[in-house]
Amino acid sequence: MTRQQVLDLYFMDARSKLIDLAAFIDRVERANGEDDFRMSALRAALKDLSSGSKERAKQVLLAFSDPTTEPIPSAAGKSATGAWPGK
Amino acid sequence: MRYIEPHAHMVSRTTDDYVKMTLAGCVAVCEPAFWAGFDRSSADGFYDYFCQLTEHEPKRAAKFGLPHFSWLCINPKESEDVKLAEDVIALIPKFLDRSNVLGIGEIGLNKNSRNELRVLEMHVDLAARHDQLILVHTPHLEDKLKGTRLILDVIKADKRIQPGRVIIDHVEEHTVKLVLDSGMWAGMTLYPESKCSPPRAVDMVEVYGAERVWMNCACDWGVSDPLAVPKTALEMKKRGHSAEAIDKLVFQNPMKFLGQCPKFKIPDLQP
Repeated sequence: MTRQQVLDLYFMDARSKLIDLAAFIDRVERANGEDDFRMSALRAALKDLSSGSKERAKQVLLAFSDPTTEPIPSAAGKSATGAWPGK
Repeated sequence: MRYIEPHAHMVSRTTDDYVKMTLAGCVAVCEPAFWAGFDRSSADGFYDYFCQLTEHEPKRAAKFGLPHFSWLCINPKESEDVKLAEDVIALIPKFLDRSNVLGIGEIGLNKNSRNELRVLEMHVDLAARHDQLILVHTPHLEDKLKGTRLILDVIKADKRIQPGRVIIDHVEEHTVKLVLDSGMWAGMTLYPESKCSPPRAVDMVEVYGAERVWMNCACDWGVSDPLAVPKTALEMKKRGHSAEAIDKLVFQNPMKFLGQCPKFKIPDLQP
């Protein structure tokens, strides 16, 4: 596909998702209390969107990922939170 | 259009989903063993589940004209209890000769713990001893990258396992190349919130190619879409991919991988 064809097919969807993301950040910031590690990871990942990388999706996924390499001693629960809390 | 659904948890779905999948062109469905959403209390619960996967569910699918195949294991979410895992793994050989069993899966890791890793090694050993295909679940979200690396290390360390007989499922943009470079197959799971969307899956195919890749919906009891594979085929069509390219991805590729098990036969397609 040409760049124009990609824009024709996906621009409105991307625009909608970007506005949803902006509204989410506004919603978080209107709410009382503090952020946690998830919001920090999201803010870090947002920087990857404006980088010159050709692999932005990969970079965003890496921003949320556990970078360690050793297995953890035991699994306390089953769920993932979407962002690595660190340590 | 014809397609194979290589990963769907049909025990969690309604018969309406079988109708929709058949109408959309599904010609075979494969069901790996997975977590029921709660922990089973003993190996007996798994015995019953394996009977469901190998006796009851094939009959239910047959009512809608769909050949049904299954994979057996104790899933990673219940692998923290090593004693339970040992008891369940001891049951599996009794089921391996059943006509719809394709291999060991979906094994893997969930939180990347030491016990999960030990149980993964036990499953890989079981597959090697019984010459079975392997289907691997990779962890969710922030745990996926680390888990994928650990899983690849375990499988590569067992020299009895041929990489081409292993599929690593739920790849995303940060893990797909790791998997393909290992010589194993990569599964792209099309999920509404986590894993990957149809446009992203097609992006990965366009960037990394369509060799040793399949797509699946992994529909289960959670938010998921049993028609995700045909919807991705439509996505490819919208981008101008040929009918042959679509057929390769949604039919020929899973046929090639699954056909390594002689039991994988689709009656209507046999000469």
